[in-house]
Amino acid sequence: MPVAVRPDTAVAVAPGVHWVGALDPAMRSFDIILRTANGTSYNAYVVRGSEGVAVIDTVKANFSADFFARLETVADYDKITVIVLNHLEPDHSGALPELLHRAPKARLYISHQAQTMLKGLLDWKTVKDRVVTVGTGDEVSLGDRTLRFLNTPYLHWPDTQCTWLEEEGVLFSGDFLGCHYCDPRLFNDAVGDFRFSFEYYYAHIMRPFREHVREALDLIEPLPLHVIAPAHGPILRDDPADYVRRYRALSSSSLHSINTKTLLVFYISAYGATRRMAEAVAAGAEESGEVRVSLYDIEGSEPQPFVDLIEEADALLFGSPTINGDAVKPVWDLLSSLTMVDVKGKLGAAFGSYGWSGEAVPMIEDRLRRLKLRVPVPGVKARLSPTEDEFAACRELGRQTALHLLGRAEHRTIDMASLA
Amino acid sequence: MPKATVTFEDIGVTVTVPAGTRLIEVSEKVGAGITYGCREGECCTCLTKVISGHEHLAAPSVLEDQVLKDNLAPRHHRLACQAQLLGGTIVVKPA
Repeated sequence: MPVAVRPDTAVAVAPGVHWVGALDPAMRSFDIILRTANGTSYNAYVVRGSEGVAVIDTVKANFSADFFARLETVADYDKITVIVLNHLEPDHSGALPELLHRAPKARLYISHQAQTMLKGLLDWKTVKDRVVTVGTGDEVSLGDRTLRFLNTPYLHWPDTQCTWLEEEGVLFSGDFLGCHYCDPRLFNDAVGDFRFSFEYYYAHIMRPFREHVREALDLIEPLPLHVIAPAHGPILRDDPADYVRRYRALSSSSLHSINTKTLLVFYISAYGATRRMAEAVAAGAEESGEVRVSLYDIEGSEPQPFVDLIEEADALLFGSPTINGDAVKPVWDLLSSLTMVDVKGKLGAAFGSYGWSGEAVPMIEDRLRRLKLRVPVPGVKARLSPTEDEFAACRELGRQTALHLLGRAEHRTIDMASLA
Repeated sequence: MPKATVTFEDIGVTVTVPAGTRLIEVSEKVGAGITYGCREGECCTCLTKVISGHEHLAAPSVLEDQVLKDNLAPRHHRLACQAQLLGGTIVVKPA
């Protein structure tokens, strides 16, 4: 078994490349949304060239002492000419202010999109002359080595990028292809079984951005990878391309793909009124005969299988009664799960029965808009037992939503004063 | 009162609005795909492609200009939370 990391010691990753990060084995939850049974690591790296030294990423602020101790074993501050931050989240930028102070000759290389965030982290006036924004195709020379930048936004912030050291085939991938798994043996062929952590990290951090994952993979797959050096978790030196292939598989459709547009009607019903409205919505949606329509009782499942369905669907309609001035909890449980997937631009709508006030429908519509769905067809509310006219309105809601999906909705001209 | 007309191409809706209305206010009400985050001209979530009629929008502020530049926004793109509709006919869709 390889020797584990010792305090105050950098670890060679490739010729002229060292890990100078920090281990956080006690971490048990990360960014509130992630459980971390094995803790995590904050990976930072040093690349030494004939005419300069680069530091790639830093660590969470309270681990700065470990980072600087390791850094000092492989680099003099006066020789550091380049600092790259692939991602500005505080767990990677925590030691940046001190590093900029200690390495006065260094310039900071960040993505174009990172500049706005950097202004929130540092006193912009004091650093702006040292900042270089870069994108795909840009590079910085260290003499006999060159760092090339890949603009890979939204993995998982707008600012994220990857950095490629061609001479050694090392990809510094930031959070991409990383995971929360702390093991002092550092390398994927030496640490314990971290497959679950790798997949869990993808599911919670990268999955909402799978379109951007695929775009990044298009840039990364052609590279002759020897090592993937992510910002968290094991360094992937044994068959790194295998992890790239796994991301490609994970970011492909989670369900067997079908060619027709899909419209999902979710409902929950106390006395059957909202259920019957849902059936009318579904019947209306089916009138075109060209949309695959499905009806689901939310009470019949945990949210997760529905989330998988929703990720692949084109239109989502939610039916909820109003109880105590609100949509009911199972509806909110499902709607609050949708941040795990990309729903931007899908079509949404709401409907439901109510007793005296009927807040559920507009509240669901608001939530759908904030999730960045389009909500072009006004929802339908019905007091207690729906009338024939209200059932007709439900059918029309389904029909119009299906027509929008098919690109055949009639163009409407309205005055803003008529909008609620 | 002076009016402007804005068409949201992604949902096929044209809305007549009082001059001075911000694009996001209309988009939000009709349920178009132009969505927003901060609503203060910082996050660029509401980036919008102005297909025609860009001259009928109030000129971008220094802040909006900077945010558009930082986010590498193409020509004739605006932040819906900042862009005011001044008159004429404007056609937009999500960026």
